[in-house]
Parts: sequence; structure tokens; C-alpha cells
Amino acid sequence: MHVPDGFINAPTSAVTGVVAAGAVAVSLRGARRELGGTSRAGEAERGGERTAPLAGLVAAFIFAVQMLNFPVAAGTSGHLLGGALAAILVGPYTGVLCVSVVLLMQGILFADGGLTALGVNITDMAIVTTVVAYAVFRGLVKVLPRTRRSVTVSSFVAALVSVPAAALAFTFLYWIGGTTDVAIGKVATAMIGVHVLIGIGEAVITALTVGAVVAVRPDLVHGARGLGPRLKLRVNGELVDAPSGNTPSGTTPSGTGPAPAPVAARSHRKVWITGLVASLVLAGFVSFYASANPDGLEKVASDKGIDEKAEEHASADSPLADYGVEDITDARVSGGLAGVIGVGVTVVAGSAVFWAVRRRRSDDASPSSTETTR
Amino acid sequence: MGTGHAHRLYRHGHSPVHGLPPHTKLAAAFAFVVVVVSTPREAMWAFGLYAVLLAAVAYAARVPASFLLKRLLIEVPFVAFAVLMPFVAEGERVGVLGMSLSVNGLWGAWNVLAKGTLGVAASVLLASTTELRALLLGLQRLRLPPLLVQIASFMIRYGDVIADEMRRMRIARESRGFEARGVRHWGVLAKSAGALFIRSYERGERVHLAMVSRGYAGSMPVIDEVTASRAQWSYALALPGAALVVCLLGWTL
Amino acid sequence: MTDPATGPVTGPVTGPVGDPVSDVPASLDVSGLAFAYPDGHQALFGVDFSVARGERVALLGPNGAGKTTLVLHLNGILTGGTGTVAVAGLPVDRRNMAEVRRRVGIVFQDPDDQLFMPTVREDVAFGPAAAGVKGAELEARVDRALELVGMADFKDRPPHHLSFGQRRRVAVATVLAMEPEILVLDEPSSNLDPASRRELADILRALDVTVLMVTHDLPYALELCSRALILSDGVIAADGPTAHLLADDELMRAHRLELPFGFDPRSVPARG
Repeated sequence: MHVPDGFINAPTSAVTGVVAAGAVAVSLRGARRELGGTSRAGEAERGGERTAPLAGLVAAFIFAVQMLNFPVAAGTSGHLLGGALAAILVGPYTGVLCVSVVLLMQGILFADGGLTALGVNITDMAIVTTVVAYAVFRGLVKVLPRTRRSVTVSSFVAALVSVPAAALAFTFLYWIGGTTDVAIGKVATAMIGVHVLIGIGEAVITALTVGAVVAVRPDLVHGARGLGPRLKLRVNGELVDAPSGNTPSGTTPSGTGPAPAPVAARSHRKVWITGLVASLVLAGFVSFYASANPDGLEKVASDKGIDEKAEEHASADSPLADYGVEDITDARVSGGLAGVIGVGVTVVAGSAVFWAVRRRRSDDASPSSTETTR
Repeated sequence: MGTGHAHRLYRHGHSPVHGLPPHTKLAAAFAFVVVVVSTPREAMWAFGLYAVLLAAVAYAARVPASFLLKRLLIEVPFVAFAVLMPFVAEGERVGVLGMSLSVNGLWGAWNVLAKGTLGVAASVLLASTTELRALLLGLQRLRLPPLLVQIASFMIRYGDVIADEMRRMRIARESRGFEARGVRHWGVLAKSAGALFIRSYERGERVHLAMVSRGYAGSMPVIDEVTASRAQWSYALALPGAALVVCLLGWTL
Repeated sequence: MTDPATGPVTGPVTGPVGDPVSDVPASLDVSGLAFAYPDGHQALFGVDFSVARGERVALLGPNGAGKTTLVLHLNGILTGGTGTVAVAGLPVDRRNMAEVRRRVGIVFQDPDDQLFMPTVREDVAFGPAAAGVKGAELEARVDRALELVGMADFKDRPPHHLSFGQRRRVAVATVLAMEPEILVLDEPSSNLDPASRRELADILRALDVTVLMVTHDLPYALELCSRALILSDGVIAADGPTAHLLADDELMRAHRLELPFGFDPRSVPARG
């Protein structure tokens, strides 16, 4: 979905550029909290310490994992887009940052996605995907029983919804600022139809991957943090409570940082979350049925990257080999999806507000962790 | 900076273009693309002139045409999209070789093709004449938030390390007789991806420890500062400047 | 052997190196250190030891003995258990953290973790630059540190392009550039081929700093360190001359330490 230069008109590109810059700025602050493990105001600057290396490594992971080929059938294969995965594993802010950095580097280094279209690409693929995925994920995790399976199921749905949501957002942008006059219904249908199918692949892979991480290091899954027994120390055979408020901050080598768990803040927002989820799922599925595009499957295969059997050079150093044919609209079917687009846009906007509010509260609620760094 | 990517993207050289400070080149490339995008699509000759301008830069940078053209292939997916446009777009139609094509769609296709190609070519020239490390310094100089630059530089520093780990995991899988052939093998691959995430994250934590151990407290110490003289700026901005003239002509003619 | 990179240590005292004087605070003093990770796993159960200035001490122990956990306490990356750590008389706590981190130079096991900057030069400069060193002084420090490990010619190379042994040496240089009071090496000989291992040993022997070397490479410990500690099950199980400890078969067996086949510590001539 890397949009090139000249695809979306200049004003729209400029506006999305501003949106993207704003979102990245917000994420820079948010990511400090997600990764820093500190939340008290006076320690803000120290809380940010972990952000650069951790987000950098996660971005490198996203970049690498996009090259991991998942064979579909008959020589075709797909790969992960990674927005939903990033959101679930490291949280929405860090997710936005990582995907944005990946897009920025792809644009500058590989000319993949136009420089002037950077705003469009970031808005679409980094922000919408990540925020929608995380909103859906958190919503489901809260509603479902607290088990590992719920985490996996939620990841599946989150990833499934996030991809068509991004397609919707793209359609919306195209509707506003597309340089060619294609009926918006056609664009929407083609984009969403294809991307629901891509979303299914994305969902399976994301859910399996999150499942694999949860099985080994549940503490690393941002969306599933917040459970853990009280720490005890044994000194010379006696059990002693670890000095509270003095637990090692996130800097332990095993990565078991303190959980900035949003446990305290729940309940009365449940309704809202459920509503969001319902509308999102609806948006995804309605458009799926509305599109009913039979030859979509082949499209997904090609869309998700035609695999050169020789993975060797596809792996580390072949970004070219890896970008498959994407976004071929094969326009058919009618319009009438304006409603769905409306829902999508509302959901995206709603999620943004939701996030702002939620974050502010969990800030106050999150446990104070210590400071080992000065 | 040396990632595996750098070998192919960056062409080592000592041309005047290579020698320009990175932030001037970044600014020039960006300004050029902005100008191109703002040019009316009806002024077809303007795009020809832009191509000539880029060719002149490529010549000055001693980037061979074959290299440039090969890198342009990244655009192929959108060429496919552009080709479809005349068939699906609305409005007045013309008959070409027995096919009914939309005039608007033809213009749209031309628009995307011309602007997209020029944009890609500009980026390719930028990447092939600027070292990765310098690009990051340039971004920093252009006031990209430092944290973002740090994240990007860590991503580039460790991109290869992680891709390498991924490759080793694949070799380990294959050495034990596993070869992913279809959807039913996704579980195994996803486990690898999960393991890769854990390794990446833990490495991030170790890197953080190493940084903190050496006095890191949230901001990178400034070790290198790139600066540009007025002459270098004017040299770099010659490209978008010339393009701007073309663009203005395109609007008025 | 004065060594420019580690020359003017700004510690409280400068006693004759290698000759601990009673009023010179120990480079490192650990007492009663206990620690558990948040997941409940307890790694240290009350560790006591001290390293005098100028000493080279090996910290031996089987896998899982808590060696790495202990190392991370030495510069305050891990805190929050019980007990105290002091570096040249300066207690490791929140107020002193910046100074403690400058004084304790940890060389981690995987040089890829340690070398996080795009070029060797920037990486070596990172520590001193973070401490506020600038300009010519910074360049001089970088050059000195790289000189000491014999990597001066690789200044502008990306770490990624170096061999593993070279990366390990650069990792040592990154820490030396900070002019530390004590150098802490986590498994310095791991993954090195014999020649690199030898080169590193020569470099370490030529340095004029206190060294705490965490390892289970016993011959390497014997070669470089006259004194050794055995950390086992989160406590110091033995403390004495390396040769004596390695010759004590029962002690070695009790702590899952094994000498390489055919290696007899009694037959090795003592070295500085």
C-alpha cells in the first residue's frame, strides 16, 4: 500500500503530513511511557531512556519480519505487514513510531512510497492500522476471560480488522484527494475486498506470533501485561518483602519490567469499547460481504508478495524482491459503501479520543516504578 | 554506515553530488518532489524537463543509467495500477484501438506515472549518493525529532543483525528437515517470528543496559555535526530551483 | 606501565596501583547483596567481597550462579534488593549514579549489544561524550582507547564489518575511553578464536586498571588473575588465589567447575 508521489493531490498530502507529524509527536511521548516504565512527571526524561534502543530494535524486527515468507500455496507466499503485531506486542504508541520509522526509511532509502506521500503512508499504515488494532485488541481482552487463548483470539480479530480499516482510510483519502476521478465506490470495494482477504492472512500470522510470544514471555506482550505475584526475597533462609517502590525498573535483563498495567481503569469504559469493537467488526465484515469478489484470493497471493523460492537473497538484502504487487483495483461491483467508510472514519477518530483519555488516566494509575538510572 | 542494504543502495563515489552535506541533499530532493507534484499534469513537456534535470544530476553524480533504471522497478505495482485507471475512471471516453478509455483516466494514469517515476528517481539518486549514516545526520540536522532519528539509527544498526538471526533460524529449521510449504506450516514460522521478537526485544534491553552503563541519560551526545556553507546550499538547491521555474512556466503557459 | 587512557582517575584517592594501601578505599566493595527478579526468581542470596585497587580478580561460577546479575549491580543497573555496593568508596545509589557508571566500565558478553553506534569512532566516543567531554579532548580519548586495544586503524568502520574478536576489542575500548576505576568483563574470552583470545589477554595484562573478570574459562582466569572468587547459588563460595582454587578438586566439583581436559593448574607457571 506504499503510495507513490502524485497519487494523492498536494493539499491532501500536506494535511496528512501534518496529521502524521502530530501523531508521531504524540507517540514519541506515549512511547516513553510504554517503554520507560516510569510515569512520574519529574522523571519523564529518564523514562525515555529505554525508548530509543527498544523502539529501534522493534522497528528492526518489524522490518525483518516483513521479509519472513509465509507460503500460501503453489509457490506463492505472503508476509506480515506488522502494524497490528507491533501494536499488540509493544503498545500503540511504540507501534506507531516503529511502523512510521520503517516507512520513513523505506521511502528515503528504497524509494518505496513517495516522499510527498509520506504523510499519507504514515497516516494510513502506521496510525490507522496500529490504533485500530490496539483498540480492538484491548477491547476484546477486557471483555473476554483473562486467558492466553483470549489474547490470541483478540490478536486475530485485531489484525483482521486493522487491515481493511487501513484500506478504508486510504479510500477516504483517495476520495478527498485522489488525482484521478475513479468512482469512490469502486475504489472502496476493490480496496476493502482485497484487504479483508489480506487481513485474514495477517490475522492468522499475527495471532500465531502473539500466541508464540505469550507462551514464552507473556510479560513482553504489552497488551497482556498486568498480572504478576508479589515479589519476595529470601535472605539467609528468611523471606523478606522486596522494598516496595524499589523494584528494579524495566531495566532488568530478563525484561520483566514493571507492568504499567491499565488494570485500575476499566469498567465504565467497557460499554464504549464494546461499541467500538462492534462497529469495527461490522465495518470489516459488511464490506467483506458487500464486495464479494471471487477472484480476490489470487489477488491476495500476488498482493502479499510473490515469493522467489530463493529465500536467501530475499531475506536480508532484497527489499525489491519482497514488495509484491499491491493494490490492483479491479473495479467492479457498485458503490454504496459510503456508510461503511463513515463508520470507519468515526471509529478511527473515536479511537484516537479514546486513547487520549485512557492514557491520561492510566498515567495516574500506573504503579510508580523506580529509577535505577541515576 | 554499513548494513547489507548500504552495499546496494549507496554507490561510493567522490562526485560533487556525493560531497554535498546530507541535509542539503535531503532538502533538495524533497523540494524537488514537491515541485513536481504541484505541476499541472497537462504540461507534459515540464515533466520531460524534470527528467532532464534529474539526468543531469545523475550524470554529475556518476550514477549509471542502468543502476537508476533498475531501482525504478520498485514502482512496478503502481504502474499496474496506473494502467488500469483509463479503464475504470469516470467521465468522457475515447476509443483507442477498439477499447473505450476514459480521458480522465488517461490523464490520471499519466499523472501518477510521471510524478511517481520522478519521485522514485529523485529518492534513488539521494540514496545512491548519500551514506546511510550521513542521511541520519542530515535528518537530525533538518530537525527531525532526535528520538526518531535515534530509533531510525538503531533500526539500521540492528536491521542486519536481526535479519541474520532470522536467517540462522531458517537454517536451523531446514537443518532439521523442516521446510515450510503451505498454510499448515504457518504455526512453525510464526513461532520463529515470535522468537525473533523476543530476541529483538531482549537485545534492545541489553543495548539499553550497555548505553546506560556508559552514561546515557535520554539523549544522544552530539559527536558529529554536519554543516553546510551558503555555496553548498545554493548548489544543492539548484535542482529544485530549476524545477520551480519549470513548474511556474507550466502553470502560466 | 602507565597507561594514558586510565591515567588521571578522578577518584578520591590515588594510591600506588597494585599495592592496596589500607586508607585507599577498595575499588569495589560488595556486602550482603541479595536480589530477586520481579518474576520471583532469586539470583543473589547475600554476596560479600571486595576488590582492592589494581587487583585483577576472576569471578568464577557455573551457569546460572548469578554472575550476570551481580555484574549488573556493580553500576547500579539493578538495584532494589538488600545489601550495598560501593565503588572506590562511593556507594552505588541514585545520587551517585552518573559518577558510578563512569567509574565502573562493564564490557558485556555480546559486543553487538555494546557497539550500538554506526561507527567505531562514535561508539568509543559515546561514553565520554555523554559525560560531557567535547572536541579535541574527545578525539584524543577515542584515539588513546583505540590505540590501547590495537584498533586505531578501524576508527571509521561500522562495527558490523569487524570480526568478532575485533568487535570485542572495540567493546573494551568503548569502556576504556571512560577512564574507569574498575573494568568489569563479562565472559571476555567467549567465542574468540585462540589468537584473538591471546591478543585480548595481552591487552588486558597491559592495562593499568582494576579488573573483575566474570568467566568460566578457567585457564584464562588463571592466566590473567592471581585471585579468584567462586560464585555459586548466589553466594561467594570461595575466595583465594586462583591457582589454589583451581587445584582444589573437591571444591571445583562441588561448584560444577571443570578444567579442560589435560589442563593441570599446578603445572602452569605463575604470571602477573
